[in-house]
Amino acid sequence: MIDTLRLTVEEALGLLERREVSGSELHRAYLDAVGARDAELHCYLRTVEGAEGDGVPIALKDVISTKGVETTAGSKILAGYVPVFDATVAARCREAGLPVIGKTNTDEFAMGSSTENSAYGPTHNPWDPERVPGGSGGGTAAAVSAGLAPWGLGSDTGGSIKQPSALCGNVGLRPTYGTVSRFGVVAFASSLDQIGPVAKNVRDCARLYSIVAGKDAADSTTVDVPRVELPEGESLQGLRIGVPKEMNEAEGIEPGVTAAVQQAIELARELGADVGECELPRSVEYGLACYYLIAPAEASSNLARYDGVRYGLRVDADTYYEMVERTRDAGFGDEPKRRIMLGTYALSAGYYDAYYGQAQKVRTLIAREHAAAFESFDLLVSPTSPTVAFKLGEKAADPLAMYLSDLLTIPSCMAGLPGLNVPCGLSEGLPVGLQLIGPQLSENTLFKAGHALERAIGFDPVPERLR
Amino acid sequence: MAITREEVLHVAKLASLELTDEEVERLTGELSAILDAVSKVSELDLSDVPPTSHPLELVNALGSEDPGEDEPRPSLPLDDVFANAPARERDLFKVPPTA
Repeated sequence: MIDTLRLTVEEALGLLERREVSGSELHRAYLDAVGARDAELHCYLRTVEGAEGDGVPIALKDVISTKGVETTAGSKILAGYVPVFDATVAARCREAGLPVIGKTNTDEFAMGSSTENSAYGPTHNPWDPERVPGGSGGGTAAAVSAGLAPWGLGSDTGGSIKQPSALCGNVGLRPTYGTVSRFGVVAFASSLDQIGPVAKNVRDCARLYSIVAGKDAADSTTVDVPRVELPEGESLQGLRIGVPKEMNEAEGIEPGVTAAVQQAIELARELGADVGECELPRSVEYGLACYYLIAPAEASSNLARYDGVRYGLRVDADTYYEMVERTRDAGFGDEPKRRIMLGTYALSAGYYDAYYGQAQKVRTLIAREHAAAFESFDLLVSPTSPTVAFKLGEKAADPLAMYLSDLLTIPSCMAGLPGLNVPCGLSEGLPVGLQLIGPQLSENTLFKAGHALERAIGFDPVPERLR
Repeated sequence: MAITREEVLHVAKLASLELTDEEVERLTGELSAILDAVSKVSELDLSDVPPTSHPLELVNALGSEDPGEDEPRPSLPLDDVFANAPARERDLFKVPPTA
């Protein structure tokens, strides 16, 4: 009997190597677990029976094109859409022999912070099913924490990997922009989107990153990536860690979150790190506004392709334009519509310079502030999310309140920087995530630091109520 | 930063969205609130700050191993192209007339 609840990827690899279990038996075990326990959580939109591969089974966020397997991006406008090709990241998983367990739930077009915007119903947090798992990648994060997948791929534009990992209590990496191919990934904001690994621990996360990362001829925004080093040490000697004042003292951070993060920072000191305060004067204050201009603008362009002509939903009409307009109104949910409208407005004649143009300059500021901080520090730390998992429905009616969930994840995304979420404790019985941010291409430093901290913290990633 | 109903209708047209009356009313309110929040960016004097369109400084990345190479390769087979088509006629996507 395979205990999928606890099994890590490293342990699964051991089982496979010693032939104690076969790839298809392992795949079967996860499918059985999904069958038995996913009705309560709704992590998966669909599973894949008979997937091939001798490796460790994997969950893929439903924005990742999988050949022959329906891919909806959590939207009705792509209901029934079956890609005729694999995204590069899906192909790399396939080449590595990883059988796909299924496609996980997501906020529609990756727009959201709770997975409540999925057109197929929300996912529930395995720590407390009355609460959200975070978003947009709530399905993958919840699946990993609930033992319904040993690892998975998500996508992060403004925090959609890091924040769900924080709320579900596991490890998620948003990689340096350009290190993981976006080819075949349903586009939201092309200068921000990145695919990244989610797993129960840092080493498993690093392993998955090494499988998918690297230059891709099909995505001209990708770059060569330094060789990934699986982390081993327990010391942080010599590591300079910056604590940005504005990120750690921002309004809206729950006291329980601050407490857990402060404890983790203390631990870092005990492990030998050089911890000091630093400033990101305008990155936090203007980060959200900058993101919620640039991302919707790019989204308005990327979502223009959904017009009922070549694939996806089509609502019939007498004329072409009516057909397109009705298809889009029927197929898109509220959040994509909001962002398309916002983006279109920000890019329209007369408003472009004041909104989008200005936001691009704020982006430069944010990049410069982070670069300046990295002259004195190797890593920056902060809470990943200002709050622990909130209740379903709590923020759904107030878009701006929902956007605030991304306050701390957004600034580094604007600068294309990598960020790792490591669970650092509980508050009110719910996971708190620590965010580690590094300069571009510093994934190995993030893994090393994350691994050492993880061992010292000793967080049990299996939700209490499932043990 | 209030957005008017007329502006909402104009933007909806640009975005090819046929909004219902309820949506127009709701979005007018929501977008006004969001625009209010994001207009914050205009508080800053950034006249000598260059814009960033892209986090990496890549130039002339043509998506090929050898920038000089331009070898024709097979495209997507037509049956794949039409695999998800709502309406196909011969090798064309069939749509309603424009007028």
